[in-house]
Order: sequence, then C-alpha cells, then structure tokens
Amino acid sequence: MTSLSLDAEQLYAELRAGVGRLLTPDTVLVGIWSGGAWLAQRLNADLKTDRPVGTISSTLHRDDFGERGLGAVEAATELPFEIDGARILLVDDVIASGRTIRAVVNELFDYGRPASVELAVMVDRGGRELPIAPVFAAAKLTLPNHQRLSLARESDGRFTFAVKETT
Amino acid sequence: MLARRNPQLNAHGELIHLLSIEGLPRAILTQILDTAGTFLSVNDRDVKKVPLLRGKSVFNLFFENSTRTRTTFEIAAKRLSADVINLDIAKSSASKGESLLDTIANLSAMHADMFVVRHSESGAPYLIARHCAPHVHVVNAGDGRHAHPTQGLLDMYTIRHYKKSFNELTVAIVGDIVHSRVARSDIHALTTLGVPEIRAVGPKTLVPGDLREMGVRVCHDMREGVKDADVIIMLRLQNERMSGAMLPSAGEYFKSYGLTEDLLALAEPDAIVMHPGPINRGVEIDSRVADGSHSVILPQVTFGIAVRMAVMSILAGNDA
Repeated sequence: MTSLSLDAEQLYAELRAGVGRLLTPDTVLVGIWSGGAWLAQRLNADLKTDRPVGTISSTLHRDDFGERGLGAVEAATELPFEIDGARILLVDDVIASGRTIRAVVNELFDYGRPASVELAVMVDRGGRELPIAPVFAAAKLTLPNHQRLSLARESDGRFTFAVKETT
Repeated sequence: MLARRNPQLNAHGELIHLLSIEGLPRAILTQILDTAGTFLSVNDRDVKKVPLLRGKSVFNLFFENSTRTRTTFEIAAKRLSADVINLDIAKSSASKGESLLDTIANLSAMHADMFVVRHSESGAPYLIARHCAPHVHVVNAGDGRHAHPTQGLLDMYTIRHYKKSFNELTVAIVGDIVHSRVARSDIHALTTLGVPEIRAVGPKTLVPGDLREMGVRVCHDMREGVKDADVIIMLRLQNERMSGAMLPSAGEYFKSYGLTEDLLALAEPDAIVMHPGPINRGVEIDSRVADGSHSVILPQVTFGIAVRMAVMSILAGNDA
C-alpha cells in the first residue's frame, strides 16, 4: 500500500489552466502515448482550440530497446497537420528521467522541422537523467525509483493515478 | 520429461530466430502483423528511417539467387538503420569448397548480429541457428521446399489488410503446391490464424492428395477451386518443373489453371488476387487479372518491407 494519494481530476484542472495560458493561436497539442494522448485529446476539447490534436509514440526511438525489446506495439504516431514550422506543445502524464521526451522529439523530427517544441506534464516526479524540463507541471513530487506512477482513464473519461511497485 | 523447445523461441517464449511459421503460436504471428502496421507508416515520413537497429550488422546470405527478396530485406534493414552486407555466396566461398558452418564462423568473426539466409537445402537456416553465437539472430528467407516464413507473413498481412479478419475466409492457393515453400508457409499461417477453408488447387502432379493431411481441401478442377473464394493466391509455375515432364506446356497449363477474368468471376465479388512474384503473364495468370482491380500483387511488395522490418526489430530486441 502507498500513502501517496493524487487527485488526478484536480491535477487535470491545474494542467488545463496551465496549458490554457501557454496556448497561442497557432499552438498544436501533441499527446504522448498513452496517458499523454488521453490528456491532449481532453485538453484540446476543453480548451476549444479548433485544431486537430496529435498523438506521438516513443517506441521507434527508445534507447532501452536493446534491454526491453519491442514488446507490444499498440502505439502509433498520428500527426494530422504539417510539422514544418509548427508550434508544438507536447503533453504527458508523468516525466521522470526525460528519456521518453528525448525519443519523442526524435520521432517528431522524422516528420519535419517544427518552429518550436515545448512540454507540459501533469506530474514531474523528479529523477531526471537528461537536460530536459517541462515549461509547466501541475505537480512536483519525489518518488522512489521502485515506484511507478501511471495515469488511468475510467470508462466515464475521468482520470485516476495508480502507483505500482516495480521489481 | 523435458519438452523439446522450439529452436525459434527463447525460454520466455519470445521469438529469437524466424525459421518457419510451423509451430509458432498465434500470438507471435499477431504480434508481427501488428508491429508491421506501425512500420508501414515509416514509409510516409520525411525521414524513412528509424534507429532500432543502429549499430547492428545484418548479413544477407543468399546461397540461392533472389533479387527481389534480398532487396526487400536490404531495404527493411536499412530503414531500421542497420548496416547491411550482401553476400552472394553462390558466387564466392561455397564455390571454393568452404563448408556452410565455416562460412558462418568467418562471418560471425566479422561481428554479424543477424543472418538473413536463403538456401536451396531445406533446413540450412536451422543448422546456422544452432551453431551461431547466442546473440546472433537468423531469419529464413527461403530454404529448399521447406519454408519461406516472411513471405507467409506478408501474405497474412495483406489478407488481414483487405479482409480484416481470418475466421470466415475461404483461401485458394493455386499452382505448384508440392514444390512451393511459399504454399507451405501460407498453409501453416492460415491454419494458425483460424482460416476455416484452405484449398490447394492444381494438377495431380503438383497438388498431391496427401496434402489433405495438412487440413487443406484438394481441388484438381480450377472452377471448383476458385468458386466463392475470398482470397486467391497464385503461385509461380517454375520453368524447371515443366521440363521435368510434369506438364505438357505453359500454354496447356494456362488453359487448365491460369487465372482469367472468367474464372475470377466465380470467386466472391470482392475477392483479392495475390502472387508472391515474379509473375509469369499468360502462364499462371492473365495480364488482365494481374493488372486488374482485384489484384493486390504490388501492395504485397510494399507490405513485405514493413513485415520484414517487424521481424528484424522483434528478433533484435529478444535475447537467447
């Protein structure tokens, strides 16, 4: 059992406010599969951007492929807009080492040359291993390495956070 | 008693070599097809390359010639950022008398990470898989009459792409089934994926009755063979088979077993026509069918690259 309790809906409200302040008329949201993609879709609807929302996967650029293998490939990158010159705001549920973001930025550049790329997350759990920082985080906390924080989406669309022990 | 493990799988049941579709669980076939779907989109990007095999060396060992298969493996490996070394062994070491295992030992000393093997002897890729270093992966690119698993998988990808699911299909495989490693791989894959009716269609010399033991329906009449089929897989009639006194002539063969528009009209209205290539127009297939709206022969080639990317990246991610 864990004493950590995170109200994902409360954090979502803060994320929505934070992303709302970051949006410019030409910003497009790109969610990182899978938790970030759910967030980006809901943010895009709630903030009424009138622009398509993208989904991006880190699978093909991960640096731990040699250890973890490919695993199940359910994630596919879908960017229904021109990447050249785009102002992109990446959205993810949790940032830790920053390696997913590195992989995702590489993936993004396979599609073109964006004008700018920024990152907003729900939770920054610390433990960075790369010089990468979000421009907005709804919460900052420190979690031990053996705990994994992941976002879940209930059938009614509400978000919850689960903490899992990893071995 | 210790069950003998499939040499293609590690202790966790993960794929480490692709030697044959026979004996692979449905979950692995599905994993390969799903992964191929992801790689198909790589072809649409500005940068048609992903770094999964960066720093790895893939050796194409073709003891038997095949420009098309070798090229698609080469493209697949290059799109995964591997270094590709093509060895036309038919013209080199083997002709100087070097044994297969000596060739492999020498190439392993050059730090190969993956061998893609085409050989006229059935079982040669198994021999290589058994004797190579534990980190080396082997892909069978066609061995004798035995298996051509990546062709079988790309055929399954093509069928799933157009038909969505396997469990209500009638699939007719037409031509020289007995000598065809493609047919054998297709039959194993279709069976594993749950296709209820698989037909083997052709003359008695090329479609013997004992194929029924593989669970297929044997048809020596072409009209009966293609009737109501959802998928028709035409096989290339190899010229050397005809000279073996098995068939009177290419023209005679076409009259009985060539796929024409009239015969195709007996199949389902949305039937697809496949062929592993290279096609012999006017021998096993009429040009109007090969170039017609039911033909998916060229998409097969495109899907083949994605399927080979999937196979190589899955193998490279799994340890022995």
